Amino acid sequence: MRPQRVIESIRFSLLSPDEIRKMSVTSVVTADTYDEDGFPIERGLMDRRLGVVEPGLTCRTCGGGPKDCPGHFGHIELARPVIHVNYVETIFELLQSTCRKCGRILLKEEERERLLQEMEGKEEWWKVSEKAVQTAKGRQECPHCGEEQEEVKFEKPFTFMEGKGRLTPSDIRTRLERIRTEDLRLLGLDPSVRPEWMVLQVLLVPPVTVRPSITLETGVRSEDDLTHKLVDIIRINQRLAENMEAGAPHLIVEDLWELLQYHVATYFSNEISGVPPARHRSGRVLRTLGQRLKGKEGRFRGNLSGKRVDFSARAVISPDPCLKFDEVGVPEYVARVLTVRSRVTSFNLEEMRELVRRGTEQYPGAQWVISPDGKRYDLRYADREELAQKLEPGYVVERNLRDGDIVLFNRQPSLHRMSIMAHRVRVMPGHTFRLNLCVCPLYNADFDGDEMNLHVPQSEEAQVEAMILMAVQNQIISPRFGGPIIGGIQDHITGAYLLTRKETLLDREKACQLLMQAGVEPVLPEPAVVREGVEYWTGKQLFSVLLPKDLNLTYRAKICEGCSRCKEEECEKEAYVVIENGELKRGVIDAHAYKALDKCELWDRMVKEYGVERASEFLNHVTRLSIAAAEMLGFTTSIDDEDIPRIAKERIEEKIEDAKKKVRELIEAYNREELEPLPGRSLRETLEMRIMEALAEVRDRAGQVAEKHLTLSNPAVIMARTGARGSMLNLTQMAACVGQQSVRGERLNRGYVGRVLIHFKSEDLGAEARGFVSSSYKDGLKPLEFFFHAAGGREGLVDTAVRTAQSGYMQRRLINALQDLHVEYDGTVRDDRGVIVQFLYGEDGADPMRTDNGKAVRVDRLVEKIIGGGAK
Amino acid sequence: MGGRMSEELDPRGHVLVPEHRVLSKEEGEEVLRRYRVKPHQLPLIKSSDPVARAIGAKPGDIVEIKRESFTAGRALAYRYVVEG
Ligand SMILES: [Mg+2]
Ligand SMILES: [Zn+2]
Ligand SMILES: [Zn+2]
Ligand SMILES: [Zn+2]
Repeated sequence: MRPQRVIESIRFSLLSPDEIRKMSVTSVVTADTYDEDGFPIERGLMDRRLGVVEPGLTCRTCGGGPKDCPGHFGHIELARPVIHVNYVETIFELLQSTCRKCGRILLKEEERERLLQEMEGKEEWWKVSEKAVQTAKGRQECPHCGEEQEEVKFEKPFTFMEGKGRLTPSDIRTRLERIRTEDLRLLGLDPSVRPEWMVLQVLLVPPVTVRPSITLETGVRSEDDLTHKLVDIIRINQRLAENMEAGAPHLIVEDLWELLQYHVATYFSNEISGVPPARHRSGRVLRTLGQRLKGKEGRFRGNLSGKRVDFSARAVISPDPCLKFDEVGVPEYVARVLTVRSRVTSFNLEEMRELVRRGTEQYPGAQWVISPDGKRYDLRYADREELAQKLEPGYVVERNLRDGDIVLFNRQPSLHRMSIMAHRVRVMPGHTFRLNLCVCPLYNADFDGDEMNLHVPQSEEAQVEAMILMAVQNQIISPRFGGPIIGGIQDHITGAYLLTRKETLLDREKACQLLMQAGVEPVLPEPAVVREGVEYWTGKQLFSVLLPKDLNLTYRAKICEGCSRCKEEECEKEAYVVIENGELKRGVIDAHAYKALDKCELWDRMVKEYGVERASEFLNHVTRLSIAAAEMLGFTTSIDDEDIPRIAKERIEEKIEDAKKKVRELIEAYNREELEPLPGRSLRETLEMRIMEALAEVRDRAGQVAEKHLTLSNPAVIMARTGARGSMLNLTQMAACVGQQSVRGERLNRGYVGRVLIHFKSEDLGAEARGFVSSSYKDGLKPLEFFFHAAGGREGLVDTAVRTAQSGYMQRRLINALQDLHVEYDGTVRDDRGVIVQFLYGEDGADPMRTDNGKAVRVDRLVEKIIGGGAK
Repeated sequence: MGGRMSEELDPRGHVLVPEHRVLSKEEGEEVLRRYRVKPHQLPLIKSSDPVARAIGAKPGDIVEIKRESFTAGRALAYRYVVEG
């Protein structure tokens, strides 16, 4: 390998005509590319001296084939000079700030001296030159030769006028030639560059490797856009030369010159404002030099900073609750393509031989064999039997992906480290990647068409590193708050609740069935009930099978209503959970037991006290048990879960009527100026607040009425109460009353003068006129309510859109600022120069991921653990 | 403290300003040794900083700052005094 070099600086500059001619291997004069036999025409755009792209040909300049010839530049001698569009602005400044006769900068000698001195050794010297140019521009008369200056005007895209007459590129070139080199710095230019080079006499022709022609299946050759553009330039250039030679009228020459200017300009960029873009014969806009660099798919964003990798795959994802949560389902047809480098050892020799024999034809097979001397054998073509025999320790086999391989799985946007995790492969039929539902919150994935990426680490070192640092099991605890972020979701919670509530009794067959589906040995404890000779087990007993035998835990379940005096063990709602020696004695399992991102007392304890292995096993089993339970016991929800009795409906209507009346009274009091203003508020603000208060209250009241009829016998309520999905507010909005709509935290008030819609009187402050929705979602909204609701809903949508854009940018900047920080072995946080940022990481030196919900030590747990006993 | 000080607000009594102290030469060297850093690898504080002026910190000194910490209760930080 070559010794490493450090790039000190990069300089961008202009090419002089001489440099262009020196770089060039040939001048290009003919607009034709190939002759009838399909051979490149000499001195044409495909001249063999410009390099080769087709296999079998050799380059006339370097003698290399398409693999080793880098391509060589050519050039076009322009019949008349043209302006380089990218420099029109600079040219304009130069014309304005230099003398039209002697070419000196329009500064008095003393000004010149002073500014040059100011510039001396300054890093931002160009700031001084800006000042110099500004002063020079205003001069009417040359301080050097006394010439009266005429005003130069610039007309986009590339026309310059002086007084009444037009400045041709030739005129401009001569004027730029007159500028003295010692003035260049003051004019903001690098003195090693001549300004007249901004007017082109010679055009560089890029090698064919930059603009390869493609041969379609039909045999028709299709040229690159750049070649098309160059053909145009050569054609016009030729016509211009001929006409000039023939002494054609001035007007015709001018026109052709203008046309040449257009073609050269669009060759550099086809997106110049005021210039119609150059088009292909088909009408398609040509993609010329500028377009190749610009934008998302351009050279910079698309190729240089955009990375694409081998050993990767992307597919739509779908759920599979039967996978372990650290697994990923990979379709077989993907596994047939992806490979892993496997070293042949004396232990796996026979296995590797078999894989080589199967080659690319049968699935677990191999694609390549690499011999110890580094030679690669493609198993599609090699004699596989012979290779298999030759195999010995030291060989490397690129075998297909198979069960148990370690891969990295990722979903964009990769906002936190859990967005890329190491999974174990499970090869399966189908066309999608499959993943367990417990990891959905981490990737923020759902299955409405989401796609995810998969990468296969190749070296043993990479695989081990991925497993240690990135394995899903090692991400259960969030580094953000030190609690679990992987856990049960949705049906996992509902199912566990259905199973563990006290009315659930299961006979032997069902009990065994559930345990089998959970993936554990169906070894049943003593039956809890024997009725008429039939044995029954409670759901709690089945759940307890999964618990460690020494687990003791007491906590309040999610369904706890926070009664003023908790009956604890006697809670008839089963909201008080007691686990004794691995037995679920009382209470139900719900969100507070093991839901991701919730309190998850049980699950949290499992991870922290029994270790990741035991905890993972528990989660895999408990989620399957819960789903099986939900399937067996039956669970469904529908629109009539939001039905409430007619009497309740009437009660709600009464309450809403009362509230509306109260609002009217408030408005009347306000109009009579009897309203007592709240401290620091105007009367109008006070009225608004009181109304909002009254209307918010009535929605809650209506909700309470509905809630009396929404009990735990209702599936929708089960989901809301156990924390599986949805909230009671969602339900009461469906069943009772949607409530006040708001925009920017206020009742709706914008639209027409003094009213939101023409259906109301101006200045109507009543409940209905300002967006109170008294209907429920189930009953359906009235037309005006629907409008108000849409207005409120729109704000939500706009907010989320704006928030994601803003937080995305904020995150980028934050990551940019923090990316080089690291924790040293002495606990200090330092940047890449070793400058200390924090003297002890987080000031307590604790890794939040290894803390107990942010606390380094939980003394209460410690005491409990040492003196024993879980009750309390 | 110079005479100018008396006309300026002394920030040290303010609730949001933690306790600053200029370290002795020996203590300063001990800090550099402990963290294995050159002075410029410490966070900096300008000698014109109101607190630096109040405690009379000169360029080249190291200042110890005792802060209240949400996570650790109390945390120590050090700053190298620079001209400015
Ligand atoms: Mg989606
Ligand atoms: Zn070549
Ligand atoms: Zn002059
Ligand atoms: Zn309770």
